[in-house]
Amino acid sequence: MVGDIQAFFRDLSGSGINLTIFYDAFDFGRFVTGLGYTLLLIALSGFFSILIGAMGAAVLSLGRGPAASVIRGYVALFRNTPLIVQMYFFYFAIGSIMPVMRNEIGLAQPLIGGLAWAVISLSLYAGAFNVETFRAGIGAVHRSYEEAALALGYTPRQVFVSVTAPLALRFSFASLANNLVDLTKATTVAYAVGVTELLYVSNQIWSDSLNTIEMMNVILVIYLVLTGLVVFLINRVEAAMRLPGFGAGGAP
Amino acid sequence: MSVSPSSAPLIALRGVRKSFGHLEVLRGIDMDIRKGEVVAIIGPSGSGKSTILRTINGLTPINEGSIRVGDIEVGDPKLDKVKLRHRVGMVFQQYNLFPHRTVLQNVAMAPIQVLKEPREQVEERARRLLAEMRLPDKADAYPGELSGGQQQRVAIARALCMEPEVILFDEVTAALDPEMVKEVLSAVRKVAEDGVTCILVTHEMGFAREAADHIYFTDRGVIVEHAPPQTFFTEASDPRTKEFLSKVL
Ligand SMILES: Nc1ncnc2c1ncn2[C@@H]1O[C@H](COP(=O)(O)OP(=O)(O)OP(=O)(O)O)[C@@H](O)[C@H]1O
Ligand SMILES: [Mg+2]
Repeated sequence: MVGDIQAFFRDLSGSGINLTIFYDAFDFGRFVTGLGYTLLLIALSGFFSILIGAMGAAVLSLGRGPAASVIRGYVALFRNTPLIVQMYFFYFAIGSIMPVMRNEIGLAQPLIGGLAWAVISLSLYAGAFNVETFRAGIGAVHRSYEEAALALGYTPRQVFVSVTAPLALRFSFASLANNLVDLTKATTVAYAVGVTELLYVSNQIWSDSLNTIEMMNVILVIYLVLTGLVVFLINRVEAAMRLPGFGAGGAP
Repeated sequence: MSVSPSSAPLIALRGVRKSFGHLEVLRGIDMDIRKGEVVAIIGPSGSGKSTILRTINGLTPINEGSIRVGDIEVGDPKLDKVKLRHRVGMVFQQYNLFPHRTVLQNVAMAPIQVLKEPREQVEERARRLLAEMRLPDKADAYPGELSGGQQQRVAIARALCMEPEVILFDEVTAALDPEMVKEVLSAVRKVAEDGVTCILVTHEMGFAREAADHIYFTDRGVIVEHAPPQTFFTEASDPRTKEFLSKVL
């Protein structure tokens, strides 16, 4: 079976379409590594960006004062500057002043490597957009629900946790899907700090095998599939949380 | 209800004033409501009826005057809001049920989360209240799956589950179709008959006349006059009251 596939693609390469990743074990290995790192970047950054977005939006809606100002400053900074500049800044500027460890064989090894910086950078970048997404979701929750909870003796904090946040989340899915699709594509920027994700390994492959056009097409298809998966996942969560008999609007 | 007129009022408003920006919405409101009494507040739109209710449970802070509920001073900066809202429940015109919670959860969540009462005990009480509201088989439905009248009866059960002494009803039938008005009014009547003090803002004159012990008429932020229903509806003295009654009766 595997042999048949490999044979097919080896034959195909004779007709000018050279997809080494499907018949060359070494290229296949590199490609799978890249895909693994890309999935890891999406999963970790997606998770942390949602966490950052939720906490930031909670601070903005519950508190005024210095904490809210910090969040607003953060969103402005990370939303309005290029991601690659941010990532370079973390990796080269901050990374260079971080302590350096020595590994078992005595080689210098940074405390925070390229992968970790990429996750931090992507999380903060997508997190800034998620803050805005959740903040808009909170704004869409009709004030009357919060008043009903207050009238039942809930404190503003309890109102937020038990009423506002669960409803706001449901109003946030469409915009959240956008942000996560964007994040999925943005993981390619990790290439710039040496993370061996899909674009990085593909570059290695086409440099060695001179099949740039084929690999470009492969990458496009893979990202289409990945973003499709992200959207599918969010739609599933959204459907699971759909409220019977309740429209999309926030009004009672 | 059997109310001894001499007993101290449960709720007392004195010279209550409230402005929103430059708009003075309440301009010196005095009210005395005794335990177990049913009081109806009527008056033209925008006259401040909802605002009066919302000041009593502290949803709207006042600028001047005082409001006392039992031994609670509502204007007290150190006010224990949980204590106040335990004693004073509220039912809204738009029901305001939590759409992400089932009917049973809507009714039971506040006593569990706010009053920290044991879940089984609260849920048992909630089911009993739903049965009293003639909604025994709706416990696991979501609010969006219920009719307006059913939702409003759930909202009444939700207020009752906190076991309050007073319930504020703000035009609880105004959003309902005529045939649903009746079922909700009979639920309100039941609450009153069980001895809960009721303050209701309403446009249902027939209901006010028959269910209320006392009627307050508001216009432009003041109480123009108040009287027991028999007197109020037949011997209203102020021209503003007469004009209003001539429009609604
Ligand atoms: N939060 C607010 N901010 C500004 N103005 C308000 C606010 N709440 C109420 N008002 C104003 O106060 C006035 C009285 O409002 P209120 O809701 O108490 O009237 P109402 O007698 O209940 O009227 P209706 O019968 O239409 O419900 C209105 O003019 C209203 O516009
Ligand atoms: Mg009103």
